[in-house]
Amino acid sequence: MEAYTKKIREAAQRLLAEKKVDGVIGFRQGTIPMMSEPVFIRHVDQVNQLVWNSFCGVNLANYLVKRKDRVAVVAKGCDSRNIVLQIQENQFQRQQIYILGAPCHGMVDRRKVWAFLQGREPVQVTENGSQLQVSGKGFDEVLPRQEFLQENCRICTHRNPVLYDELLGEEVPEQSDVDRYEDVRRVEAMTPEERWRHFEDLLAPCIRCYACRNACPMCYCPTCFVDESRPQWVGKTLDATDTRTFHLLRAFHLAGRCTDCGACERACPMNIPVRQLTKKLEKDVKALYGYEAGLVVEGRPPLDTYRPDDPQDFIK
Amino acid sequence: MNSWEPKIIAFLCNWCSYGAADLAGVSRLPYPANIRVIRVPCSGRINPKFILAALRHGADGVWVSGCHPGDCHYIEGNYYARRKFALLKNFLEYTGIEPGRLHFSWISSAEASKFAETAREVVEAVRSVGPARHFIKTKPMWDDVEAPVNAACQAEVG
Repeated sequence: MEAYTKKIREAAQRLLAEKKVDGVIGFRQGTIPMMSEPVFIRHVDQVNQLVWNSFCGVNLANYLVKRKDRVAVVAKGCDSRNIVLQIQENQFQRQQIYILGAPCHGMVDRRKVWAFLQGREPVQVTENGSQLQVSGKGFDEVLPRQEFLQENCRICTHRNPVLYDELLGEEVPEQSDVDRYEDVRRVEAMTPEERWRHFEDLLAPCIRCYACRNACPMCYCPTCFVDESRPQWVGKTLDATDTRTFHLLRAFHLAGRCTDCGACERACPMNIPVRQLTKKLEKDVKALYGYEAGLVVEGRPPLDTYRPDDPQDFIK
Repeated sequence: MNSWEPKIIAFLCNWCSYGAADLAGVSRLPYPANIRVIRVPCSGRINPKFILAALRHGADGVWVSGCHPGDCHYIEGNYYARRKFALLKNFLEYTGIEPGRLHFSWISSAEASKFAETAREVVEAVRSVGPARHFIKTKPMWDDVEAPVNAACQAEVG
């Protein structure tokens, strides 16, 4: 994965020197280990800040919405699908964006590493192929990378970018033996009462910070439904009803649009597995309309089109 | 004695189901009085937040009715609505709302008897799942706080 670093810098250097783009959006080393942060590179002499490692989980497509300039962006499989959706939804023109496609082996979940360390503070984290070397004061651990992947990366079936101008490395083999909807099916098997309680417990820690909304590259309404006040559709309190209304509507806005990039869960300060809501919609859209979000630029999103013979056995 | 009666919000399309309700009325077809009608320009106008708002404001069930596929006044509004409702119904039931609370139907303005019959079906279905308490806020409502106090004052005064 670190091999991409060199390629990204070269590409950024070239594109900026040739004035093909006004800026490059990528990652640089964060201030603490395992926190690579997004960076906007505008000058050739800054390109050495760019890095690539297993902690570049932030979805950079979030920075592309309504852009007026031309930018290059590093995109993993999920990011590229979000870019496809944003082009479909007319957020920018295809030719404005130069996509540096990064075939991805999955991103490491920093929280899983922290949990493993049980309070010991990592000072340096380096990668060596399929292993993570975590060291700090008085300890030195080697962890298998595969077991510390983000939950959505573990079940990812689109690791290679679907749309790119340039690929940073060889395409990686796609995972085919994963069960994407195991947790959804487990909830579906419960009784309504159990399901209600399941989500009540799941959403109970929510502090309504809206980080899940802000991190999502597909959330860009000029006025969010939670900010509407006349009429006010969603109460602003921490009452369980208001919290649930927020989460239901947020998830429903992503019906047929969510690429399961995991940005919402990654951003959640309370560790709420909000993907359980969006994944149900993803599963239904696939089952009912045979559609997976963000794979091709042509065609319309599932809720923006119809077939005369769509299933309607639930309608009297 | 159980005096609870289900309260149902019915979103009816102006061009068909609303007309059907009207026709059912002038034809003197009996149907239960548990339905509160909200007239909408098209079933495609229904936003999921309307349905959640209805539940939050104390409705026990929600019924959305529009034109048959192919008969939409706006040509294709109900086709879009159909996809939206299919996902929404599955999704809300997935999160724990009982299957009997949400109802969708296609009723043209000539189908007064279908309207009356569907109204009966909807009311019976909602009645059988009972009062909806899930979306009612759990914090004390003024009625709950004041009613016992008022009763105590009444008892003192005699």
